[in-house]
Amino acid sequence: MARPFTPKVVTANALLEGDAIWFTENGDWSRDMADAELITDEAHGDICLLEAQADQSAVAGVYLADAKAGAHGPEPVHFRETFRTRGPSNYVHGKQEA
Amino acid sequence: MYVYNDFDENFVRNRVAQFRGQVERRIDGSLTEDEFKPLRLMNGLYLQLHAYMLRVAVPYGTLNSAQMDKLAYIADKWDKGYGHFTTRQNIQYNWPELRDVPDMLSALADVSMHAIQTSGNTIRNVTADHFAGAAADEIEDPRPTAELLRQWSTDHPEFQFLPRKFKIAVTGAEADRAVTRAHDIGLRMVRNDAGEAGYEVIIGGGLGRTPMVGKVLRDFLPRADLLPYCEAIVSVYNLLGRRDNKYKARIKITVHENGLEKIQDLVEARFEQIRPNFGGVDQQMLAQIEQAFAAPAFVTKSTDGYEAARLANPALRSWSDTNLSDHKADGYAVVSISIKKHGATPGDATSDQMRVMADLARQFGHDELRISHEQNVILPHVHKSDLPAVYAALRAADLATANIGLVSDIIACPGMDYCALATARSIPVAQEIATRFDELKLEHEVGPLKIKISGCINACGHHHVGHIGILGLDRAGVENYQITLGGDGTETTTIGERAGPGFGAEDIVPAIERLVLGYLNLRETADETFLQAYRRLGADPFIAILYPEKAAKNAA
Repeated sequence: MARPFTPKVVTANALLEGDAIWFTENGDWSRDMADAELITDEAHGDICLLEAQADQSAVAGVYLADAKAGAHGPEPVHFRETFRTRGPSNYVHGKQEA
Repeated sequence: MYVYNDFDENFVRNRVAQFRGQVERRIDGSLTEDEFKPLRLMNGLYLQLHAYMLRVAVPYGTLNSAQMDKLAYIADKWDKGYGHFTTRQNIQYNWPELRDVPDMLSALADVSMHAIQTSGNTIRNVTADHFAGAAADEIEDPRPTAELLRQWSTDHPEFQFLPRKFKIAVTGAEADRAVTRAHDIGLRMVRNDAGEAGYEVIIGGGLGRTPMVGKVLRDFLPRADLLPYCEAIVSVYNLLGRRDNKYKARIKITVHENGLEKIQDLVEARFEQIRPNFGGVDQQMLAQIEQAFAAPAFVTKSTDGYEAARLANPALRSWSDTNLSDHKADGYAVVSISIKKHGATPGDATSDQMRVMADLARQFGHDELRISHEQNVILPHVHKSDLPAVYAALRAADLATANIGLVSDIIACPGMDYCALATARSIPVAQEIATRFDELKLEHEVGPLKIKISGCINACGHHHVGHIGILGLDRAGVENYQITLGGDGTETTTIGERAGPGFGAEDIVPAIERLVLGYLNLRETADETFLQAYRRLGADPFIAILYPEKAAKNAA
């Protein structure tokens, strides 16, 4: 049996800075995961991924990551994705710096 | 040390110009990411979790003060004011912006440095003993050999698309400080019974997913045959190495699957075939390179002032007991500068610290610095009479931690704080272990102990050869740390054995504390090191300490 689809977001890194970014419902990119579109349907997820990958001018390394609904928008499920929303743990650098 | 000639300079400048064009074409959309990625990797530029990372080679770990100053300048101008020294004698900048990278490479070219072949399936930065040219136990300086290999391997047309990356290390000393048995090719400079210089050639060593200790392919290779022989090895591997499965693509697997004998036959046959093509020009180049590495003009002067300062200052005494090594010249010492202050990130130096180290090299160190695979910085040639001044300057720059070779001198890869391949974090574990042992004030009593931490199975943190190795994994979405015991990265290379089930992030530091304190009860004398005690007693008593509940159950 195929595994049930778990909610996801489309994420990537910004081409110029390399900063983590997420694909929104409007078809653009946000530096804040809470703005991302939470994808609950597999077929829609595939379309979003293709759409996001087509945007070669501003992004690199597009992929689907597991996510869950939170109070202010999608939140990470896996710790790797949590780190991407804030930055490294040894210095206050990256997103947590702002 | 070696300074670029016109050929080197033009080559590196041309490569920077080429990459500048490639970056521009990526930004204007002419190149897709798939097209650009191999080009950026060839120039050391990775994309990580939070940003790009530029990996710059420090060839065989040798730097002069102008180069170190330039690394500081780059850190300030285009990064966040620091750099991370790695286990392969590279420096990594964690926050460059894509548009700035060509300028960073151009700045590096100003001081004979580059990031070429610090990534990709090519021959990587050739590493060497970090005490090269200085160590009392040295037979010969390995750096001319390493520089010859750098020139030969850089942009070698046959070896730009190997089955997998390829790492070479060289040592010229009795003690192996370059982990040569864990490299694709390890070269030990030796002399035969007739007193002729040559190499013991070791192949197929490596850590990672399938750790293996290298095997001796040739016990004595005459010096003049180095390049054709290495070319024969890589050429055989290039054709025979597996390209169907990246986890089986390293030469260690090629050797394992085909057997050493078959590899030997193929290499010897290829060697005979290509040897005439070399025609001695490589040896002429080596002779020129050797001149560039002539030993500095060591001076003879009194060390009385140092002895008096040592007696008068306990902090200097403690630092000199741990951070100095024997030098080949009378009155000199090799100074290891720890960039492992308790609680700090192993291998990180701020731009200010880099400038202090560069100044010390200029003033007191014959203008030489080294980066060790253990992520520290070395001043290889310091006269003992200058040590009090060097120590005072290091102390003022927060660089005088007296912990070389001790519990807190931990190797740690960047782990999931930066690396896109990591499965768990390494840096916080290293920080916490060092902080805890500083609180306990026990590390000098514990003595020599190498803890090495990797944040994934690729083993950049060399955990397999740590006396205590820690491997960070993702177990069902949670960070989990496996311990290996009894590893050794020296001339008696041994792969550590897994102790048992892994520990959660909250339990790993207490487990290490338990293990180290337990060792103190197990050792026969204060001189028996952790590794010696482990070798004498075997794994069982250490495993019992790590898993007390299981031990109690077994005893019941």
